[in-house]
Amino acid sequence: MVILGDLMKKQGIRSDGRKIDELRPVRIEAGVLKNADCSSFIEFGGNKIMVAVYGPKEVHPKHMALADRAVLRCRYHMAPYSVDERKNPAPSRREIEISKISKEALEPALILEDYPRTAIDVYIEVLQSDGGSRCAGITAAAVALADAGINMRDLVTACAAGKVDNTIVLDINDEEDKKGQADMPIAYMPNLEKVTLMQVDGTLSKEEYKKCLDMAISGCMQVNQLQKEALRKKYFGNEEEEEGDMN
Amino acid sequence: MSHQKKSNVIVEHLRRIQMQELLVKGERLDGRGLTETRPLKIETNIIQKANGSARVTLGNTQVIAGVKIDTGEPYGDRPNEGIMICGAEVLPLASAYSEPGPPDEDAIELARVVDRGIRESEMIDVNKLVLTKGKVVYKISVDVSILNIDGNLFDAASYAAASALLTAKLPKFKIEDGKVVDTNESTPTPTRTIPVSVTMAKIGDVIIADPTHEEESIMDGRVTMTTDAEGNVCAVQKGGAGTFTVEQINHIVETTITKGNEIRSILKKATENGSI
Repeated sequence: MVILGDLMKKQGIRSDGRKIDELRPVRIEAGVLKNADCSSFIEFGGNKIMVAVYGPKEVHPKHMALADRAVLRCRYHMAPYSVDERKNPAPSRREIEISKISKEALEPALILEDYPRTAIDVYIEVLQSDGGSRCAGITAAAVALADAGINMRDLVTACAAGKVDNTIVLDINDEEDKKGQADMPIAYMPNLEKVTLMQVDGTLSKEEYKKCLDMAISGCMQVNQLQKEALRKKYFGNEEEEEGDMN
Repeated sequence: MSHQKKSNVIVEHLRRIQMQELLVKGERLDGRGLTETRPLKIETNIIQKANGSARVTLGNTQVIAGVKIDTGEPYGDRPNEGIMICGAEVLPLASAYSEPGPPDEDAIELARVVDRGIRESEMIDVNKLVLTKGKVVYKISVDVSILNIDGNLFDAASYAAASALLTAKLPKFKIEDGKVVDTNESTPTPTRTIPVSVTMAKIGDVIIADPTHEEESIMDGRVTMTTDAEGNVCAVQKGGAGTFTVEQINHIVETTITKGNEIRSILKKATENGSI
């Protein structure tokens, strides 16, 4: 029995008018900042996130360097004006945790062994946040890393699913995140079929868990198409007819 | 898949090979089965000044959790709920490689994952912790101190926090002339379920439960999953630079629920009897 609350207007339609398995509008652009070795900008629903990649470059401090591979460093940061109440600009514990798991979500895709004794820095700046910002940040970071020409095994693409008014839904927004029952952000390598980030907040039964994971991965596959389009657009312009598959 | 260099324990090359060869055969260096956890010992009420406390040893990993209960103002967006905060600290005495100073990203992740398990399972009935709606509520602080590191701090810290909360005595406060007065009486802390976290590590393509520090130092990645008494999953954290397939994740969900039930009965017995 489905109980309908604030978040589900009627069977199958969500508070923002989306269907259960519908993503928010996503727009990804590669190469938006001049100084960065590569950069990207993503709008994922209300999220507006800028990502810059610097490197492979010399490691500072030097003792952090690894003899056989590059060091990947990742900073997820929210601008003070990105949320309803001004956020202290100093990195919070939440931001430090998200920086760590974002790095761990991207690292499996990068062939770091190709760049010994160097550092690759990924800066994820959340300019406006709207639920699911870690997924949007990872998605944009993968585009920037691919655009930077860093050797990769696969793209990393991320999307969340969750439970809202007892229904498993794709890509939960800010309101659904705050009032919903569970949130499951997933990052995925679509060609290698491997999960590189998985977190859950909230309660899910075993069956719901599996359903939620499957739905998040199907969202990742959709986002992956948009990543590839963004990369294709940077190099081939607006030739939408372009048939070649960039992986 | 390459492992993370993060660990401070340097595992000799031959030992690493030995561990990997054993794992493929379904065996481990310390003789445990792949999903077998180490002996778990719980003592409660070991700190008299705390409202609740517990010492947990999981193999050679040792932690203490203490609960202090006070009053405070509720959060603006949750005026009718008490406050529960759970923290964890890796003490400098916990290993030759732990140093004093602000917590690093590993320590922050540890504290946040332990907090998430207790919070998301809704173990504490925060609605029963209100003294004056919107003004004064109970504030429960759980602090976990890591005393000795031998892997799987997530689970040891989470069992200690849960045990300390299960045995914590809630002081009876009353409001007189707008001031909080301690009546010197107490009741048990209102709890609804016992959350149990189970951490599983992936080394190569083998998945093991309750990794030691040595196993963690060669693992590709780990998943910490917390379940409640009804067998629901309440919190999950994947860590490390490794990856997991959907089949591996489903295997972890199944194992976590079964293991969680075994460990939940140990926690229950220990907190009812004082120790186990």
